[in-house]
Amino acid sequence: MSRRPLIREVPPTSWYFRQPRYLRYMSREITSIFIGAYCVLLVVGLQRLAAGPAAWEGFLAALKSPASIVFQFLCLVAAVYHAATWFNATQKAMPIQIGEDFVPGNLISGAHYAAWAVLSFGVLFLAGVF
Amino acid sequence: MTPLKERLVQLEVLRYNPDTDTEAHFQRYEVMCQEEWVVLDALNKIKADIDPTLNYRWSCHMAVCGSCGMMINGEPKLSCHAFLRSYEGVIRVEPLAHFPVERDLVTAPDDFMEKLKRVKPYVIPKEKKPISEGEYKQTPAQLMKFRQYSMCINCMLCYAACPQYGLTPHFIGPAALTLAHRYNLDSRDEGRKERQEVVATHEGVWECTFVGACSEVCPAHVDPASALQQMKITSSVDWIVEHLIPGGKS
Repeated sequence: MSRRPLIREVPPTSWYFRQPRYLRYMSREITSIFIGAYCVLLVVGLQRLAAGPAAWEGFLAALKSPASIVFQFLCLVAAVYHAATWFNATQKAMPIQIGEDFVPGNLISGAHYAAWAVLSFGVLFLAGVF
Repeated sequence: MTPLKERLVQLEVLRYNPDTDTEAHFQRYEVMCQEEWVVLDALNKIKADIDPTLNYRWSCHMAVCGSCGMMINGEPKLSCHAFLRSYEGVIRVEPLAHFPVERDLVTAPDDFMEKLKRVKPYVIPKEKKPISEGEYKQTPAQLMKFRQYSMCINCMLCYAACPQYGLTPHFIGPAALTLAHRYNLDSRDEGRKERQEVVATHEGVWECTFVGACSEVCPAHVDPASALQQMKITSSVDWIVEHLIPGGKS
């Protein structure tokens, strides 16, 4: 008797609907689109700055439009979600062993959150928020 | 003695006979099961009392041998570890995803076995010592470094959960790469460089996009996703040392 195994193909464009965990994964991947778009916005800002004071003022005014605020809010949500899932994953990628025991994972992730808070505070301080 | 509680369970099982079928179909079975049974018990009851033509693999019935992996309601599970009481309504039982189906619930593990061989999942000492020199010693701390990754039972549930393996079958995959990591971390082993030829490639760890499904379904709590991310870091360090540090060798 010859073997005639059946191949069950994975649907290449809709596989992520098969499991909630795949959708969670894809939602994280999609955050990169917002982060990429925000980087483009920053580059445009630099270009406007180089073009002179009038162009820069125009850029700042455009940032305050309702559509721009919605866009920046979505980018912030995407960046926070991306960062949080990344920090939560660090305990898997960077385990710390002391003797026979491993440092609890939430301490490793927690240290990243703490560093994030300190750096964010530093940036806000330099930006003159306080 | 109190009689054990029974209930009628409906299972929808994927059937495929390579001798007569061109595609698979689902067959519905109704079987009286005891409340504390697992899906494997229900399949055994079907085979014994209803349909002796049903094919599936199993051996230990205690989540140790890794033979009875199946998709149960779309989730990769050991059928000996999937309690009927956890499911409501019709339970859909399919062969492990991403593997060719030989017959009914039996899949062909050939691809996994081939990949497992390629990562050299055994201790490769720098120099073999004669038995007269005694054993290769290891401290408890050295053991703990890799112990978690040595618990793999080769059940292939992680391959069935990994969409990356399903979409790009050349991916070496979670379990084999995790075993490579297990031996790389072993203080008695000197084979990391040999394994890197497979590990640090686009069919190795760099095909992994960290979906993390492998770790979620692992019945032995091995956490393959962590092993792969750690190997990405060490492989990146190798690359930096080799390409960016003058005179550096990985």
